[in-house]
Amino acid sequence: MPTPPPIAFAHVAKSFDGGRVKAVDDVSLEVAEGEFLAIVGGSGSGKTTLLRLANRLIDADTGSIRIEGEDVRSVDPVALRRRIGYVFQSGGLFPHMSVAGNIGITPKLQGVPAAEIASGVDELLDLVRLDRAQYRDRFPHELSGGQRQRVGVARALAARPKIVLMDEPFGALDPLTRDALGDDYRALHRKLGLTTVMITHDMTEAILLADRIAVMRAGRLLAQGTPLQLSKSDDAYVGELLRTPRRQAERLGVLLPRDGAA
Amino acid sequence: MSLFSDPRWSEALAHLPDYLGNHIRVSVTALALGLLLSLPLAIAARNRPLMRGALLGLASVVQTVPGLALLALFYPLLLALASLSFAWFGFGFSAFGFLPAVLALALYSMLPVLRNTITGLRGVEPAILEAAKGVGMTELQSLMSVELPLALPVMMAGIRTAAVWVIGTATLSTPIGQTSLGNYIFAGLQTQNWVFVLFGCLAAAVLALGVDQLLALVEAGIRARSRVRAIAGVLGIAALVAAALVPSMARGPSSYIVGAKTFAEQYVLSALIAQRLQAAGLSATTREGLGSSVIYDALLSGDIDVYVDYSGTLWANQFHHSEIRPRQELLTELKTALARQNVTLLGELGFENAYALVMPKKRAEALGIRSIADLASHAPAMSMAADYEFFSRPEWAGLREAYGLKFRAQRQMQPDFMYAAAASGEVDVIAGYTSDGLIAKYDLVVLDDVRHAIPPYDAIVLIAPKRAGDRTLQAALQPLLGRIDISDMRAANLRAAGGDGASSPDTVARWLWDKTAKQ
Repeated sequence: MPTPPPIAFAHVAKSFDGGRVKAVDDVSLEVAEGEFLAIVGGSGSGKTTLLRLANRLIDADTGSIRIEGEDVRSVDPVALRRRIGYVFQSGGLFPHMSVAGNIGITPKLQGVPAAEIASGVDELLDLVRLDRAQYRDRFPHELSGGQRQRVGVARALAARPKIVLMDEPFGALDPLTRDALGDDYRALHRKLGLTTVMITHDMTEAILLADRIAVMRAGRLLAQGTPLQLSKSDDAYVGELLRTPRRQAERLGVLLPRDGAA
Repeated sequence: MSLFSDPRWSEALAHLPDYLGNHIRVSVTALALGLLLSLPLAIAARNRPLMRGALLGLASVVQTVPGLALLALFYPLLLALASLSFAWFGFGFSAFGFLPAVLALALYSMLPVLRNTITGLRGVEPAILEAAKGVGMTELQSLMSVELPLALPVMMAGIRTAAVWVIGTATLSTPIGQTSLGNYIFAGLQTQNWVFVLFGCLAAAVLALGVDQLLALVEAGIRARSRVRAIAGVLGIAALVAAALVPSMARGPSSYIVGAKTFAEQYVLSALIAQRLQAAGLSATTREGLGSSVIYDALLSGDIDVYVDYSGTLWANQFHHSEIRPRQELLTELKTALARQNVTLLGELGFENAYALVMPKKRAEALGIRSIADLASHAPAMSMAADYEFFSRPEWAGLREAYGLKFRAQRQMQPDFMYAAAASGEVDVIAGYTSDGLIAKYDLVVLDDVRHAIPPYDAIVLIAPKRAGDRTLQAALQPLLGRIDISDMRAANLRAAGGDGASSPDTVARWLWDKTAKQ
């Protein structure tokens, strides 16, 4: 019997305001082990709701969600969240805790001894390429946006999860930082053998980082597949989403000759 | 002579450990109780709009009740509760002093703490709350390690406001029998001892500012995440509390407590009794500024051991008689009635402090007024002033009925200002006290009560039920009985109102002893 997929949505629906707003509408989606999936869509497409359903920050109305084969409704939500890493939009760091305090929070909640947490924090700082001594005792307001997001990633990885969910993690960063952070995370994803689901509204970012892309609009899953598979889709919205990166690539190819881009 | 060479400063200073210690004790206990009640309520109400509205509304209503009234209301309430508890469970508790003060002040402290805690908790960003959930916190963990720490600076601001309010309002707990820095203020107002009033106000202000600054240190420590500062502030408050507790532990528990109502004569007489007890080798302290309705109940329950009351006052207020009896008859009946409640009427001091209608002597002569009966026809064109309770007392009803009195206007005044108001013509007639020294000073005259509508008001010494068989106490007070006549008491009262270094109750009491009973 094959191992069940880390994440499996089956006919999931969720509405708000007493059924008036259908945020997620009959979505079925599987994420394979070791896969990096990007969910792309505009605001109000339901992509963030879908992510929040996966670790029971909210509960689905109908359909089933399985994490590593277990229906999420049958597990304790707190325990579930502790074994899934979650990177929040613009960090979501606790402003009253130091970098070390933020990173070590989930192990601390699990009752890991302090000394073990401290050494773990240092390793994680290395992993997200922040200098241990320099950043360990700083507070979030003393960090740049990129550094905050690195800490956010380190915090999500602290309890050594197999699954990481990321809600527009790099959206608010400047292009250079964003690029560096994306590459660094992609490397971590491989090195640690993670299964990652990343929410983004930026198709270019999705194409550059993800193995597979799911496109959402108005609560429905329009298409899913590798960038190559998507480019063959005849859905008008998917085509529209792909047009921007394509045009950018063409224009960049013209404007930046290969030998000048060292 | 410099302002500070006045001996009253050092006298005030001598009371400081007792008054300040009590003030801190009652304030800190009230504040702690207020926090204990407010914090869980605020936390429970933060996500419940209905409960939030109800709580804040209720706390605001409490806030609009004047502090003095709130404190005064708790006394009868607790008295009723205490007697219920005695009837049902066989034990009572003291409804006097500490307990009603703490409860009323705790209630008073709740609004700022509730409001700021709710505001602080609701001010935590939703994204942070979701992050707390997302990293795997339970609701309790989220509250304790994220929401409360983030709300703490706002909460501390509320606690600071509450602390300042409580320390200020605690000065009003003196009339319900809780010693506080208000003792300076109440005593000072009654005996025109402005040094005491000023000292009391300054001490309360310094205490409030000091506590506020210590709490500010804690708050700044929290804001700047500096443990050193927060701990320094907490240690400062702990030291203050510890310092306040030390003198109370050192004091012996078997000391006699002499009660005094809220006017100068009572301060002098309580000082005199305390001096006599001390001379007999007993340890005695005074509990001054007690409300007229509080003091008898305090004697009954043993919170005070001895005090001086007036026969007519007890007759009308405590035993609810409206008919007037001849002096001796009334005393005999009163003695029996008191004995039924196990209160000992030790004897009369020798003078009467009756209510009397008083007006300027010259004006009375000019109008041909010698008695209240003569006054009645002039009254509709005249204004009258009395103390805060006179117009609601049965004596006034009796007086009005007996003579058909009806004045153009009636005003309530602080007793000490009444005589000057009559002398200056600001009011025409006042309900003064026969033993008051100011009658002679301002050249006023007491109008005859020809129809005997005002009951006799002999000054009598009352002893608490628990001291009923105390021969040492009785022997110590025996020399005072029948020895203080009206002219000596008037002279003593005039001295007490002198507003100088020789006017402290202790000094006047010593003078009175030398002048009268000592021979």
